[in-house]
Amino acid sequence: MTPFTYARADAAEQALELAGGGARFLGGGTNLIDLMRERIEAPAALVDVSGIGRTIEETADGGLLIGAGVRNTDLAEHPLVRTRYPLVTRAIVAGASAQIRNMATVGGNLLQRTRCTYFYDVEGSRCNKRVPGEGCDAQGGFNRIHAILGASEACVATHPSDLCVALAALDATVHVEGPQGAREIAFGDFHLLPGDTPKRETALAPGELVTAIELPPLPVAAHSRYRKVRDRASYAFALISVAAALRVEDGRVAEVRLALGGVAHRPWRAHAAEAALVGAAANEASFLAAADAELSAAVPLRDNGFKIDLARRTIAAVLSDLSGVGA
Amino acid sequence: MALIVNGIEAPPPADPRVSLLDFLREHRGLTGTKVGCNQGACGACTVIVDGRRVLSCLTLAVQVDGLEVTTIEGLGTPGSLHPLQAAFVEHDGLQCGYCTPGQICSAVAMIEELRRGLPSNVTADLTAGTIAATREELRERMSGNLCRCGAHNGIIAAIEDAFGLENAA
Repeated sequence: MTPFTYARADAAEQALELAGGGARFLGGGTNLIDLMRERIEAPAALVDVSGIGRTIEETADGGLLIGAGVRNTDLAEHPLVRTRYPLVTRAIVAGASAQIRNMATVGGNLLQRTRCTYFYDVEGSRCNKRVPGEGCDAQGGFNRIHAILGASEACVATHPSDLCVALAALDATVHVEGPQGAREIAFGDFHLLPGDTPKRETALAPGELVTAIELPPLPVAAHSRYRKVRDRASYAFALISVAAALRVEDGRVAEVRLALGGVAHRPWRAHAAEAALVGAAANEASFLAAADAELSAAVPLRDNGFKIDLARRTIAAVLSDLSGVGA
Repeated sequence: MALIVNGIEAPPPADPRVSLLDFLREHRGLTGTKVGCNQGACGACTVIVDGRRVLSCLTLAVQVDGLEVTTIEGLGTPGSLHPLQAAFVEHDGLQCGYCTPGQICSAVAMIEELRRGLPSNVTADLTAGTIAATREELRERMSGNLCRCGAHNGIIAAIEDAFGLENAA
């Protein structure tokens, strides 16, 4: 690692002061420390914010305000999360390992880098995230794990978070504080598609700090699932994941939330599929048709065409499971 | 401030780049904790910080200043093995032994997670107060600790034996 200074902050205002607009904020460190050791990241200063915002509070309207410093394990374990937003618990325990979940913070989870093997191959590969403009070796390389939706010539990496897929389905809000004051960012606007500037991954302005994630009250979320398909049974990134909440009335879809992981540079809210589902008969044919509506925009690379059919079948399976019709 | 390593106060390193793993091994001489992948993928460096299992390779020593760190040396000694250490010997929970300190630290904290009702990826009912320590649960919960020798069957048997868990053989 290149040398850096380290300071621990006990409150958001203090963190902003200590950072002075230039430091990187450190959460659990499970991604950033690794990237610093690989010399992909080389901040001159770290401000440790992992002790700030360790609480989960019920909001006046019945939602939840989750401090950015809450550990993934604590969020997964919280009784109100387990009962009201089970897809959040399911997504967290599907990710990483128990050790990493004990370390990782919710704020840090949002800010882990969207990455791929070429991003990590500093010596041997070109990557527009590391060196803007130098090219992307994943485009013509081994791209089995890469994006099928929303990718660009510049970058085809996927966002690795499981938790964020659940948060995308739930219309969460990200609370941030920065040199210009506090603001809220809708979760769907927080992560960016790569476009021509894949190095920029979020809507955060320089120096802004994520302080909390707010979940709105959402009764349908009590009936929700997260399913992750991966190359091994545990401790692996998603090839495809599906977060869904569903309410069926009189055999028809009354309300649905659907988001996909492993398919794009950001957690992918499946708006087209949701639009196709509302009012449709709650059966496998509708679920497959809705998946097709979402995936018609998919563009396969050399090695990842299988993801399109895998996503289609996983969406249908999860919705079938939630609706009780069987897959 | 100081880290408390196996009950003994230890001043944090002056250079913030020092990982907790290197701090334990190089600064404190506690070489029981092993360097595996050094990138958070294998679990060999697992230690317990304030009761929770974490990866010491991805932790800066300065991050845990003021906290209690327990390593394999803090769990048992050659003359007084931790029950899980003894069970690893009894059930051949190792071949080369390199992953063993991490496996044991991980399992000791894992049992506490299970007993307090923390769900895992294979827990069917998220609202259940108690979770049965099935082999499926134990394997999932130990998936962050790789064993290249493939001693996982012995590892699971040792955990079941040491913590009095009853599963059909």
